[in-house]
Amino acid sequence: MKPDPVELLYVEDDDADLELTMIALERGRLLNAIHVARDGVEALDFLFCRGAHSGRSFSVPKLVLLDLKLPKIDGIQVLRAIRQDPRTAVLPVVVLTSSREQKDVIETYQLGVNSYIQKPVDFTKFQETVRQLGFYWLVVNEPPPAAAAHQE
Amino acid sequence: MFKPAFRLFSNPRQSSVVGRLTRMNMLVSAAALVTACAAFFGYDLASFRTAIVEGLSTQAQIAASNTVTALLFNDPQSAVNTLAALKVSPSIVYSGILLPDGRVFAEYRQRAGTVRPQFPAMPPAQAEAHWLGHNRAVLAHAIVFQGRRLGTIWIESDLDRVNNRLKHYAGIAGIVLIGSLLAALLVAPIFQGAIAAPIVALARTAQEISRSKDYSARAAPRQSEGEISVLVESFNEMLAQIQSRDAELRQAHGEMERRVLERTAELGAANKELEAFSYSVSHDLRAPLRQIDGFSAILMDQCAAELSPDARRYLQRVRDRAHHMGHLVDDLLSMGRIGRQVVRRRDTDINELISGIQSDLAPECEGRRIEWRIANLPQISCDPGLAKIVFMNLLSNALKYSRDREVAVIEVGHLAGENAPVFFVRDNGAGFDMRYADKLFGVFQRLHRSDEFEGTGVGLATVQRVVQKHGGHIWAEAQLEKGATFFFTFTPGRPRAKEDSKIPAVEVLREA
Repeated sequence: MKPDPVELLYVEDDDADLELTMIALERGRLLNAIHVARDGVEALDFLFCRGAHSGRSFSVPKLVLLDLKLPKIDGIQVLRAIRQDPRTAVLPVVVLTSSREQKDVIETYQLGVNSYIQKPVDFTKFQETVRQLGFYWLVVNEPPPAAAAHQE
Repeated sequence: MFKPAFRLFSNPRQSSVVGRLTRMNMLVSAAALVTACAAFFGYDLASFRTAIVEGLSTQAQIAASNTVTALLFNDPQSAVNTLAALKVSPSIVYSGILLPDGRVFAEYRQRAGTVRPQFPAMPPAQAEAHWLGHNRAVLAHAIVFQGRRLGTIWIESDLDRVNNRLKHYAGIAGIVLIGSLLAALLVAPIFQGAIAAPIVALARTAQEISRSKDYSARAAPRQSEGEISVLVESFNEMLAQIQSRDAELRQAHGEMERRVLERTAELGAANKELEAFSYSVSHDLRAPLRQIDGFSAILMDQCAAELSPDARRYLQRVRDRAHHMGHLVDDLLSMGRIGRQVVRRRDTDINELISGIQSDLAPECEGRRIEWRIANLPQISCDPGLAKIVFMNLLSNALKYSRDREVAVIEVGHLAGENAPVFFVRDNGAGFDMRYADKLFGVFQRLHRSDEFEGTGVGLATVQRVVQKHGGHIWAEAQLEKGATFFFTFTPGRPRAKEDSKIPAVEVLREA
């Protein structure tokens, strides 16, 4: 029996950041139905049911939490691939990254990112930020219906 | 003194070397000819006259000896016949025999109307005498027989032959003179070839080079030795030097341009590197800080029971330092960003800018007594975003360093600078020791301990960078515990000297 369809796809290569984010999500009681991808290729394989995830039945998560600096395929390329596929073109994607370099901010918004969040150095603030964004996108926000994606 | 004569040929100012040489040549040959002709003429005249006198003397002697008998026998007719023989000589116009008493014994006249000349007095002791006039020669010869003076024979001759000869002479001399002058004219091209042509060619080459600036051209070298070939060689050598210097200059210029390009490329690469560096700093340096802070926080939360109060305090220290380093990284990155930013000037209302900053700073003013003294500030041309960074940093510094005052006094004003207003921001806070004023604007340089006043030491460095990007200047004056004043301009050019501004700054403030 398969678990609930994944609600949050979290793309993160850094162990420590992953652990801290998971703790923050856990403390915000947002840990259900989360899938972690450790690089861009894995993220796209999971989303589009390819490679190691070819057995998965296709379903779109409520949110993709995307780091930008990733091995193999970086976050911006992942975002572009997501936006190019009609099935995921309107999928909410939030960039959660260390930097707020202007060119990254501009490029991701031009590619249609839904939100851009810089990870605060202060863990207290970080925890609060993760809680808020998880709560907003997974609970408050009404995700686009699956039909909307297929109509593209 | 020869100038008027030269002017007949041509305008002396325009006269070329060829013309001058030709004229000189003609003058010299004319002078030589005239002198030679005059000498020959004089000599010829003298010898010819001597010859005439000698001829007359001979004829007089012949006639005298032939008329002795006629005089002895008083036969004038015979004497006339003897004298008539003189007609063979066409130049003798008159001849007569005078008796010692002065009577005329016999006469010969070439033409019937010939007047008897006035006979000059003959010196008595002399046997013969002659007189030379302008066109007459007169000779007197005593007729003597056995020591007795019978009479005197006079012969008068015209000098037509001499004069004709002189005329011919003058004519020939004139023809020779003209001929020689013509010859000098004809010889001129040879002069031109020998002396003038190389000079003219040299002049043309010089003119052509000064026009075309082509220093690779050369004057045609001369086979002969002499001053002209030395001149040509020196000229060519000079050209060679100019050419080689020109080439060196060009090479140096090219080298310089190449270096500029190289440096520009290097600078571009360095800039790129810097950007890449700041990019990775913002990514890679912030992440471990966040993780240090994160795990410290989790440790403090989850293992609170197992931690001693000291352990908790140390962990809090770790977190504080991580936060501080986070601020350092952020400030450095923002300074780098500002440093790379292009200044976009437009007219900016500084008062409006400051009221915006005041509301931004409102949270920091909460619970404090602050007396703002904001003057009516002029509109200036500057980048509003960058100018805001300057005022924001200076005002938040003023707030920070005056927080121990019961009433903080923060003033913003301006002075008339040399070519643009000099702004100033003043507080009555902690101030600083002027001995360390040179460290004020250095990155990471602080004049206060961080347990007195927190900070990263990047703010004023950023402010200075912005002011300098506008071409302006910034300087500060302060006294420990009495406050600090920061002066700055946004306009290129030298601001009023510090010494000058010191006193007016205070005065203006008091007036305000």
